[in-house]
Amino acid sequence: MWWRSASFILDRQQHQNRTVAPSPESFLLSSPPPMADSPLNPKSNISAYYQTRAAHHAVVTSDWLAQAQAAVGRHSDDDGSLGDDKGAAPIGGGGGGGGEEEGSGKAFSVIDEFNSWRKQPALAEAVAAIRALAAVIRTSEATTMMELEIELKKASDSLKSWDTTSISLTAGCDLFMLYVTRTSALEYEDFNSAKSRLIERAEKFGEISCKARRIIAMLSQDFIFDGCTILVHGFSRVVLEVLKTAAENKKHFRVLCTEGRPDRTGLRFSNELAKLDVPVKLLIDSAVAYTMDEVDVVHFGADGVVESGGIINMMGTFQIALVAHSMNKPVYVAAESYKFARHYPLDQKDMSPARRPIDFGVPIPSKVEVETSARDYTPPQYLTLLFTDLGVLTPSVISDELIQLYL
Amino acid sequence: MDPRRTARTVSDPKVRQVGFFTPAPPERSISDPPRFQDPIQPPSPSPTQVNDHSPSGNSLSPVMIPPAHHHSDNFLRTALQVTSPTKAFSYSAKTVTIPPENEDVASSFSPGRKVVSAKSPSSFPGVKASSVPASELTTVSVVNLPPGISEKAGGASVEVQNDRPVSAKTLKEKTSKAERRALQEAQRAAKAAAKAEGTKASSAASKVVTSANTKPSKAAKSSSQKNDGSQVAASEKKGGDRAPEKDRKKDAPHPRMQYDDKSRVEKAKKRAVVKQTEARNRVELFRHLPQYEHGTQLPDLETKFFELDPMHPAVYKVGLQYLSGDIRGGNARCIAMFQAFKEAIKDYSTPPEKTLIRDLTARISSYVSFLIECRPLSISMGNAIKFLKNRIAKLPLALSESEAKSTLMLDIDRFINEKIILSEKVIVKHAVTKIQDGDVLLTYGASSVVEMILLHAHELGKHFHVVVVDSRPKLEGQLLLRRLVRKGLSCTYTHVNAVSCIMQDVTRVFLGASSVLSNGTVYSRVGTACVAMVAHAFRVPVLVCCEAYKFHERVQLDSICFNELGNPDAISKVQGREEINYLDGLVNQENLQLLNLIYDATPSDYVSMIITDYGMIPPTSVPVIVREYRRDHLWS
Repeated sequence: MWWRSASFILDRQQHQNRTVAPSPESFLLSSPPPMADSPLNPKSNISAYYQTRAAHHAVVTSDWLAQAQAAVGRHSDDDGSLGDDKGAAPIGGGGGGGGEEEGSGKAFSVIDEFNSWRKQPALAEAVAAIRALAAVIRTSEATTMMELEIELKKASDSLKSWDTTSISLTAGCDLFMLYVTRTSALEYEDFNSAKSRLIERAEKFGEISCKARRIIAMLSQDFIFDGCTILVHGFSRVVLEVLKTAAENKKHFRVLCTEGRPDRTGLRFSNELAKLDVPVKLLIDSAVAYTMDEVDVVHFGADGVVESGGIINMMGTFQIALVAHSMNKPVYVAAESYKFARHYPLDQKDMSPARRPIDFGVPIPSKVEVETSARDYTPPQYLTLLFTDLGVLTPSVISDELIQLYL
Repeated sequence: MDPRRTARTVSDPKVRQVGFFTPAPPERSISDPPRFQDPIQPPSPSPTQVNDHSPSGNSLSPVMIPPAHHHSDNFLRTALQVTSPTKAFSYSAKTVTIPPENEDVASSFSPGRKVVSAKSPSSFPGVKASSVPASELTTVSVVNLPPGISEKAGGASVEVQNDRPVSAKTLKEKTSKAERRALQEAQRAAKAAAKAEGTKASSAASKVVTSANTKPSKAAKSSSQKNDGSQVAASEKKGGDRAPEKDRKKDAPHPRMQYDDKSRVEKAKKRAVVKQTEARNRVELFRHLPQYEHGTQLPDLETKFFELDPMHPAVYKVGLQYLSGDIRGGNARCIAMFQAFKEAIKDYSTPPEKTLIRDLTARISSYVSFLIECRPLSISMGNAIKFLKNRIAKLPLALSESEAKSTLMLDIDRFINEKIILSEKVIVKHAVTKIQDGDVLLTYGASSVVEMILLHAHELGKHFHVVVVDSRPKLEGQLLLRRLVRKGLSCTYTHVNAVSCIMQDVTRVFLGASSVLSNGTVYSRVGTACVAMVAHAFRVPVLVCCEAYKFHERVQLDSICFNELGNPDAISKVQGREEINYLDGLVNQENLQLLNLIYDATPSDYVSMIITDYGMIPPTSVPVIVREYRRDHLWS
């Protein structure tokens, strides 16, 4: 039935091609290993950030498959390989742990450290960076504060340059530097006590960052009411936490998940929600406007919150926000404060591009261009509120907070 | 001194009226001379008066006092002997209640003062103040010289004479005026009281003098304890110029005067150093703004040079440059002003028996009011002046004069460097990141920061095209264009009429600003709002470049309330094209009104980003900057 939806056709073709391209990681461009462990970002034209996200969340897991199989029985032999892939992540994490140990043996590399932390799916990239930087302080052999500071600066710079596309990584490093170095510790006479003070602060900052998600979940409970329908886009761990908390609080709500092509984050998200017994419905990305009238609130996560109060998030966020805005539905964004970045994009093209390979399932003729950008920018006027660990903020307050954080 | 704020304070206008003005209608008419005086007797009487009386104000004082007052004076002269308690009573009576006989009591005060002054010539301004309607007094502030004073005094007396016969005034007008005066009076009273309280520790003499000079009626409150004799002695002791200076400081005019208030304008005119003839046909909506016949001020000011003796030559020069338009642009004006002040501070020496902090503040205030007369202050200059005055006030008392002066000069330099020059550099650094290869940048008018941005981006080797939009009558864009083209940038030049055609090719709009107000409104060269609006309609990002010292906490919704009127001739005539003479001979026609606005207000909706020395911020964050950093550089 060729006149059916394109995605249907593509899906089928994908199934047929699965021997060639067995997983969503079957990239249009030649597929790199999902986790880049080398100190240098192997493919600079591909956003490491989105690769990681894909590795963590975009994989259609085996339990999803089990459910799907039970429901349909069509995908029977589908993604055994994907299950393996999923399994690889924790193993990789373990390997990273090993890397840390061996790092203490040989020259310590902040990138290795970062990568080892990064492999934990529950850990945000910024928090991983914060942990890695804390480890830098710990393993540092510097004997003066200045030396230590320079070392820290170098480490944070190398982290930032390792993946320039990740906003939260940059913001996390910057904030860490501010938080750690802007302290009276630098005035201590004794270097060791100063250093331990720094480590203390670094750990504390890591703690705060970890707790942020919890705080946001608590704050946002007032905005989820019984019987509401929530539209989510992409896989956001914060939004998941919010919804989880709401479910634990015995709220009755329904969730609509977009599919989240190309890495299908929505599938995994719906799977997580189904585990919580939350009624969930999957939409293809283009069905947002069609279903918007039954939606009560829209919830997004964010890759970065920028100075204007707008957010940078997975591709598709902007258009959903536009639809929601035109139908007068509130749009809420859940984002931890370490994602606040001193960027100010003026329009969609005014960001450093984050490329991501897109799998269309069929070979694309070389003359056809493909838009491979992984994210878009949603201006503040389309957002209603932001749930952050600093409180529930309107977009215009973001700049206020940023000014206070950075100046 | 802020009239708007006073309006809210409680005080019964009627009380005032009764207390000060005897029921006789002619008396009241005194208060409202302008209409009369305006056409018939322009400044001419004042010079003559000056000649007559300038050296010794002494003889003047009786002349100024309206006959009715004289009457009460006589009554009071006897009453003078009355002890202080009664006087105190009269004061309270004035401000609070209105017993019928109060008028006598109240007026009694002024006569008393007059007597005092008769004894001591030096204190005559105080006398005059008491006898002349109070509002007159407030505006006196700017006059710093004996000649100026006498001139004013002459004006006052003239008014009296004129108005006496013409008692006919609408009742409404009278009351409103009286009301205003009452408010002012009340406020002044409050201030005096506060001051008296505050300065108790300081020498009694100075206190008396201040109170006597500036708030004759209220002074009693503070000075009631002292007897008249001490007062007299005190005032006698002081140098002659003391009093006017005090006046000046106290009554520095509100920078934003309501020019449709005739009496106020009249007063302002009297104290004005620069004589400016008002243009006749002004547009209805903008009557509250000053508009002067162009070209009338300069020669007048030049002839005045030797009379303006406390005016430092550097300040004078800058004033003239403002007047003639040689210095324009927010930063240039601000820097020029500060450099003049620096010169003035360098040459300043504290007069004997005065403190540097107070005297220098008064001095600066007088300079500022002179500059205001030459051209209304820009908001950035207002902020800078606030900074300087604050610096002066915060000087440690222990500092010696030379140390204090060098600290101040350093502060001025620091302000110029940090707040203007460095912040421009920071803005350029930020703004350049928003320029990409292939961009088409549009700018309007000539902004120094935008010019720096464009040049810097060009130096960095970015390839972009510049559209310079310009408008009559100033055609400042041509200047910018000239500099850009010389540096090899590729430019398009057009007038604002074509902005909607060119906008579809533009990718960024860079605008300068005179000020950014705390609701995000951008106050800038007229036409900016139009350009921003068109850009918004075409979804082109509008970037406003503005140094943070130009931010102001005021909120403004339109460009009517506060604005500046330019020379209407500039738009009625086209220079260099004699054949366009359709308006010749029509300019003074009653039914023709020409409006040449200088500024307009761009709503924050049209602004995508404000680039300032604290980074790139959305227009909603202007109050944050004002809140966080104004405090820093002003109050620390």
